[in-house]
Amino acid sequence: MSMFWTIWISVITIGLIIGCYALLRWTLKNNTGVPEGESMGHEFDGIEEINNPLPRWWTILFYITIVWGFIYLALYPGLGAFEGFLGWKSSNQNIQSMEESRQARVDARERGDIVQYDRELEMAEERFDPIFEAYAKVPVEELANDPEANKVGQRLFMQNCSQCHGSDARGNQNGGFPNLTDDDWLYGGSPAKIKETLLGGRSGVMPAQLSALGEEGIDEVATYVLSLSGRDVDQELAKKGKEHFAVCAACHGPDGKGNQQLGAPNLTDTTWLYGGSKRTVVETLTYGRNGVMPSFKDTLGEDKIHVVAAYVYSLSNE
Amino acid sequence: MSETSQAQPDYNYTVVRQFTVMTVIWGIIGMSLGVLIAAQLFAPMLNFDTPWLTFSRLRPLHTNAVIFAFGGCALFATSYYIVQRTCQVRLFSDKLASFTFWGWQAVIILAVISLPMGLTSTKEYAELEWPIDILITLVWVAYAINFFGTLVIRKVSHIYVANWFLGGFILTVAVLHIGNSMAIPVSFTKSYSLYAGAVDAMMQWWYGHNAVGFFLTAGFLGMMYYFVPKQAGRPVYSYRLSIVHFWALISLYIWAGPHHLHYTALPDWTQSLGMVMSVILFVPSWGGMINGIMTLSGAWHKLRTDPILRFMIVSLSFYGMSTFEGPMMAIKTVNALSHYTDWTIGHVHSGALGWVAMISIGSVYHLIPVLFNQPSMYSVRLVNVHFWLTTIGVVLYIVAMWMSGVLQGLMWRAVNADGTLTYSFVESLEASYPFYVVRFIGGCFVVAGMLLMAYNMYKTIRAPKGSIAADPATQPA
Repeated sequence: MSMFWTIWISVITIGLIIGCYALLRWTLKNNTGVPEGESMGHEFDGIEEINNPLPRWWTILFYITIVWGFIYLALYPGLGAFEGFLGWKSSNQNIQSMEESRQARVDARERGDIVQYDRELEMAEERFDPIFEAYAKVPVEELANDPEANKVGQRLFMQNCSQCHGSDARGNQNGGFPNLTDDDWLYGGSPAKIKETLLGGRSGVMPAQLSALGEEGIDEVATYVLSLSGRDVDQELAKKGKEHFAVCAACHGPDGKGNQQLGAPNLTDTTWLYGGSKRTVVETLTYGRNGVMPSFKDTLGEDKIHVVAAYVYSLSNE
Repeated sequence: MSETSQAQPDYNYTVVRQFTVMTVIWGIIGMSLGVLIAAQLFAPMLNFDTPWLTFSRLRPLHTNAVIFAFGGCALFATSYYIVQRTCQVRLFSDKLASFTFWGWQAVIILAVISLPMGLTSTKEYAELEWPIDILITLVWVAYAINFFGTLVIRKVSHIYVANWFLGGFILTVAVLHIGNSMAIPVSFTKSYSLYAGAVDAMMQWWYGHNAVGFFLTAGFLGMMYYFVPKQAGRPVYSYRLSIVHFWALISLYIWAGPHHLHYTALPDWTQSLGMVMSVILFVPSWGGMINGIMTLSGAWHKLRTDPILRFMIVSLSFYGMSTFEGPMMAIKTVNALSHYTDWTIGHVHSGALGWVAMISIGSVYHLIPVLFNQPSMYSVRLVNVHFWLTTIGVVLYIVAMWMSGVLQGLMWRAVNADGTLTYSFVESLEASYPFYVVRFIGGCFVVAGMLLMAYNMYKTIRAPKGSIAADPATQPA
């Protein structure tokens, strides 16, 4: 903010409050030319006005709020670019990344600024971090059997994961959010793999095949895919579909059993990410799919992810 | 104080009558809409799976109907009445008066059509789209010319304090409406705000809070300054208090908007200024309450027998309560708990129902017999029943929302020993249900009272001359 605006804001602000004070002082004196308690002498449609003094308690209240206003504006930011003597601010400014945020915290501490967001974060870290540091020392398999840790993990899951995976963790085929309670894994269900998913996120891309296969070809491939999980289908059509399957095999494997390295789903079981009806499979083939699992490294941190991983692990390993 | 002027000027009461009757009708419609959307919050099937009847579309219609249709008509009626009576002169222009009446009704009808259709600028309390905004501007300019024109041709030397407030209200609302509604139209029914980001939010709440400050406070204080001394038959308590609280109130209110945006992307310095001015504002606000209530000095006994005066004095008590609550909620630490909860809804309604509606209802009960040449209202007993229905309804409403709001605020911030949130949002919603039911019941009381008022008004207007006996208790001075 330029000096001009700081002066502009300060003059108007201080001027207004002093103006209120001056007005109060002026009306405290009887300048009306009429004795106190008497009518002002004007009459409007039968209404008169009495020249009564201002109530004393009310006047004192006015003084108190004015003095308080000046004190507040001296301590806190308010008068343009003047930051206030406390050096208080609600948060660090112009932050573009987590790294910058961390750096700004360190800088503010060195300057002795009171940054409210930083202070609250530090208070939380002081109180809660030791709990999660202790949990992080216990292996996931073991932690999954700790009922207390599972309660904590479940709460974190409710606040961070249930929006997509559901509060019962059974997922949702409408959005392609996997069920986490079965023992069927896109990227692997070992503690290390679960943590990897949580830390780095995942991006599951199924490319659209419409231009490559055409509508007829897609119908054939969809029929073949359904036959892989033992569905009763038109064998002629499935045979034709198999001829196109080489494209799919690159990710899903020649036998269609999928590939956990790539997060390509197994097509031979009866677990479906987006649904196993013919219509849905055709839709998947036609338009492709984009499954995104966001990274929680920055929002939760490694220790909390460890506890969430243990909770998720416990869901299918009881 | 008796009527001293033998030869009263020939006042334009036609426009006052029109606005007075519409005040009651729009009051019933606006408040009934409020009761419906209150019910939708605990019984979602009342949305009837119909887009035009959903909460999201009826809620802005409710706020527009009660603020601008009910409150607006009450302000037009009383300001046209007050400015003529206290200036001892007929309105500056009958044609402009008639234009403001029909223009304002057209604005409301257009709101009733466009808001349920989902046409909205999305700015709270300024949802109407740009063609309607232009009509509002035309009506408002006509109103200003008529009001200030009447002041200019007045037959008395001084300008009465009620007219200061009404003038301040008319001028500032014009500036607020034009400033905030600036938009770029892309079609006849769609426009985009001229402002972006935090500036847009700041403009919106500069407008939004001063819709409260100037429309719902300054305007109704003007109403109060005429009808309270008139109904009580007492002089205004302190002329000097009215000077200091008028100037302090209008100069401080205009700053208070940022307290709606605490802990947001609005710069810290702006938030601080909004908070400081809001807190200082508490004192001049109470100046108005003191001046109104103290005007009853020497006439307290009238409260026992005059339900119209009771409406006015209780409205001033609610005014005092909500102008204490408002500055308190503007303090950041309190706001951190109260913001986004039902506490805000409760606060708004203690102002809107307790203050605005009750002072309007009292004033309209004062006006109807005068305007329709009857000695009294058809039934003063029904006025009394109306008073109790409203008071009980408002208290139920406010208390339910306080409890619900504080409960929500506390549930949202509650954390477990491990730092995780104790409650999910849905749990706090579930906990609010009983209070939503109580709020609905409170709203029913208020609407029931308004229906009695409509009946009483109808009977008063249609009563043959001489059939209503003058009621000594409610006779204005």
